[in-house]
Parts: sequence; C-alpha cells; structure tokens
Amino acid sequence: MNAELDSLYQEIILDHYKNPHHAGLREPYEAEVHHVNPTCGDEVTLRVHLAEGKVADVSYDAVGCSISQASASVLTDLVIGKPVDEAMSVHEEFLTLMQGKGTVEPDEDVLEDGIAFAGVAKFPARVKCALLSWMAWKDATARSLEETR
Amino acid sequence: MTLPGLLPELEVIRKDFPILERTLAGGMPLVYLDSANTSQKPQCVIDAMVDHLERHNANVARAMHQLGAESSEAFENARDVVARFIGAPSRDEVIFTKNASEALNLVANTLAWATGDLAIGEGDEVVITEMEHHSNIVPWQLLTQRKGATLRWFGLTESGELDLSDIDSLITERTKVVSLTWVSNMLGTINPVAEIARRAHEVGAIVVVDASQAAPQLPVDVTEVDADVLVFTGHKVVGPTGIGVLWGKRSLLEQLPPFLGGGEMIETVRMERSTYAGIPHKFEAGTPPIVEAVGLGAALEYLAAVGLDNIHRHEQAITAYALDGLATIPGLRVLGPLDVTRRGGAVAFEMDGVHPHDIAQVLDSRGVAVRAGHHCAKPAHARFGVQSSTRMSSYLYTTPAEIDALVEGLEHTRAYFKVG
Repeated sequence: MNAELDSLYQEIILDHYKNPHHAGLREPYEAEVHHVNPTCGDEVTLRVHLAEGKVADVSYDAVGCSISQASASVLTDLVIGKPVDEAMSVHEEFLTLMQGKGTVEPDEDVLEDGIAFAGVAKFPARVKCALLSWMAWKDATARSLEETR
Repeated sequence: MTLPGLLPELEVIRKDFPILERTLAGGMPLVYLDSANTSQKPQCVIDAMVDHLERHNANVARAMHQLGAESSEAFENARDVVARFIGAPSRDEVIFTKNASEALNLVANTLAWATGDLAIGEGDEVVITEMEHHSNIVPWQLLTQRKGATLRWFGLTESGELDLSDIDSLITERTKVVSLTWVSNMLGTINPVAEIARRAHEVGAIVVVDASQAAPQLPVDVTEVDADVLVFTGHKVVGPTGIGVLWGKRSLLEQLPPFLGGGEMIETVRMERSTYAGIPHKFEAGTPPIVEAVGLGAALEYLAAVGLDNIHRHEQAITAYALDGLATIPGLRVLGPLDVTRRGGAVAFEMDGVHPHDIAQVLDSRGVAVRAGHHCAKPAHARFGVQSSTRMSSYLYTTPAEIDALVEGLEHTRAYFKVG
C-alpha cells in the first residue's frame, strides 16, 4: 500500500527535511524575496548573493511541508558555488522534471539529490511545494543580477 | 459500534450517498472527513437535478411556454424551501447567489454604493472577528478602504472563542456593520450570535451572519438569531456547488441599491435610465443557477426530513468521539474549544514533527480524506502561532469506524515519519 507513498517520500527527502542544508538567513546578499504558496500557506524568504559570476550564497527561512523544506535544502546544495548560467540550467532541469508528470527520467549527474523528487512529479498537488524555493531562487537571482549590473 | 446521539438510521443514510460506496487507489474504502470543505450529495439531490435537466429544462421567468412555466415553478419552489429552512418571514427576502462569498460581497458592495442612512464613510466602523473565513474579511477590507472607514475585529481567547471582554469599546455609535461567522470553519467554535446582534442593534448597526458552517449542522431561524443578513452556501448542505443564499430583512434589501445590472433585475429599461424590479429579483441579474437551485431545494428538504436537531446531536456525538480519539495521539494539539456543546464538527489540529500536508498525504494513501492548509482562515491560524493545520470534518453520514480509521492513520503517520 505504501509503495506509491514511498516514491514520494524518498529517504533522501526525509533526510534533507530533518537536517536542512544552508538553512537560515545570512549576509551579504543583493536580493531578498518572499514567496508563498497561496493554496496551502507555505512560505519562504530567500536571499541570493552573487560574486564574480557565481552563486556565492543562498540562504533561506522556510516554513512548510517536508517536500518544500527538503527542496530548499537540495536547491542550495546544487546551486551554491556554481556559475550563474550553470545554476540556471540546473533550475531548468529541475523544472522539467517537476512538470513531467512522472515521465521524465532525471539525470543524476546534473540533479544529484534532486532526483529524489522524481516521485513528487506524480502528485500534482505537491509539485508547487517542490518548486516554491526554486521559483524564489530564480526571482532573487534575477534581481541580484539587476542589482550588480 | 454505536454511541448515544448517533443517527439511528445511520446505515440507511449512508446508502443515500452513492459516493460513500466507492474505493480509492489500492482498493481503500473512502473515509470522507472533509465535509466542512464540501459535503457529499445524496441520490435525491442528484436525481432532482437530472430530472430537471431531462424533463423540465427551460429558462425561468422569461419563457412563455409549458417548459418555461415548469422550470420557473421548480426554481421558485426552491426559494420557498429555503425560506422555510431558515424561518424567513417572507420568501421574497431569499436571494440566490453563486455562493456565500458572492452573498457577502453583494452586501459589502451595495453598502459601498448606498446613500442616506446606510452610507458608510470616514469615522464609520465595520466590526468582524479574527476567526472569519477570508470571504468575510476581504470584502469588508475592500469596503472600509474604499470609503475611508475603519475595520475593527474581535480577538480570540486561548481556547478559541471570541474575546467579548471589549465588546463595549468595539461596538459603539460609530459601528455601521457587525459581520461574523456563526460557526468557525477552522476552530469549530459556535459563536453567541444573538447576544452580539443584540448589542449591535442597540447602536443601530447592521448584523451580517455567515452561516456557511452553521446551516449544515444547526437549526437556523433568522428571527431567533436576530440577524439583518444571513448567508450560506449550497454545497455544504448536501446541495450542489454554484448556488448560495443571501437572506436579508425586507426593509434593508429594499433600501440597498442594486448589485449587478442586467436581465431579470429590471422593471423597465430605457436608453437613458432604468427602474428596478422588487426583491428578490432586484439582486438576481441574468439567468440564475436554475438546476442548482432545484438541487439545493431537494438538499434542504432532505436535511429537514432527517431533522437538524438529530443531525446536530449526531455531529456532537461524532465530534466527542473524535476529540477522545485525537487525545490519544502523542504530540497532537487541537485548535479550538474541547467542549462539544460549544463547537461544531470541524476539528483542526497540529501534530508535532509532521507538517499538515504530509499528514494529509499519508492519510490519503489510506483512503482518509482530510483538509490541510490554512482553510481560508490565515488570521485565525496566525492567532495561534501556526502556519497551517490539518482539519477533519464530519457530517450526518460519518461513522465512529471512520474516526477510528483517522486515528489509526495518524498513528501510522507518526511511525512513517519516525516521530516519537
């Protein structure tokens, strides 16, 4: 009975949920955004710091379910330290996976722990949870780029 | 098992609701505990709507043929049923809307346009409460912002009841409207609406009662409640979506300006200006939700036949059983009153270590349908320092075994997330 549920709640997701990476809000940053999921009330405040064309830091304060919390944690692992262009293409890859309704085969080389979210794509109600911090990051990064231009 | 107060014909009643027979993924039987969100529909409602569409469909009040007459009669008959259901002094005081939100917006908007005694402006105040559904907050924010008036509200006590200690400083000569829910959709609290209405009337304020959660489970008598306006939605009283009810005192409705303009709401139209129909049609522009009204009429007749007192007793018995069951779960906190005589059948709670979304997801995998989130009551959640909650809500078809399934599901959820 729990096979379907286990495909959603992968161990990796539960691990990130219990011990989120890079959590908390830090200085310095060029942009801070606040995104909410109006249907469920999940919220994230997220800061982006860019330096020398790279994502120098992503810090966040999030309240929400295991999927949205774990997703924020995985996001920071994946984008911190990467050139902005490369981080944006990881974002694209994650978005494609989430919008694929469970038909997209994730590339572990690109998404690393992010592949654990493949099961989430089969639960339409939860896709928004997984994407909350990713959308916030894209927004904050775009604003940071404008700030530093 | 049986409990004192349960509907004696519970198994028969369950057979009236075909959806309760269905199974979900993995062959799990449906345990529907989301009736405060929307109720399930009995066969008689489904049949009444299908019969109308199959045999009597025509527009109302404008078709000069036999089907038109039958359709008009069915539609207006539904208005009579609603009037009886809420003890309305006159059937003309019953206005059909799209839902309770539209009914509340109708009142707030027409008050914004009103002139004379009803006009609202700077220095005037509208009073609501911190436990309102967003639909009874936002229209009043819009009204007061547009007119330069002030919005004020009753706070909540720690146990989830209205804090009436400052009623005399909240409801004053400046108060033009007091709008409040009878039963909270999140906390379950039953509010002393008649007592608050009495105070509001002493200062000449209009009293608006949101009965969306009350109409399904308490006998409603608009005169006893002493409201000037009372609204509820069809889909929570075993009726269809797309139809709501606004009842208002004739004197008030006649004084308010029209809401939407169009067909049906006019007396005569010239290119320069128009004159308007009397109530209820003045507030029912355009082709109304005809088959939905027919369905609502059948729904209210069904509830009346079971008896609202009996339904209320059933809800109290199930809610007491649910509160006892939830109390056995470590780390679970119910938000709202624990005394079943002071609350309705919606029970919101939080559970240490597991987010409401995750609770709802695990329960769903076992066929148990609950709601997770802020239930369109963000301020009430904020009051208790929580961002969201899980809510179970029962109805006249809920069995103690379904509550057992919920409690077992919650124990399973704790184990699944390795809590405790």
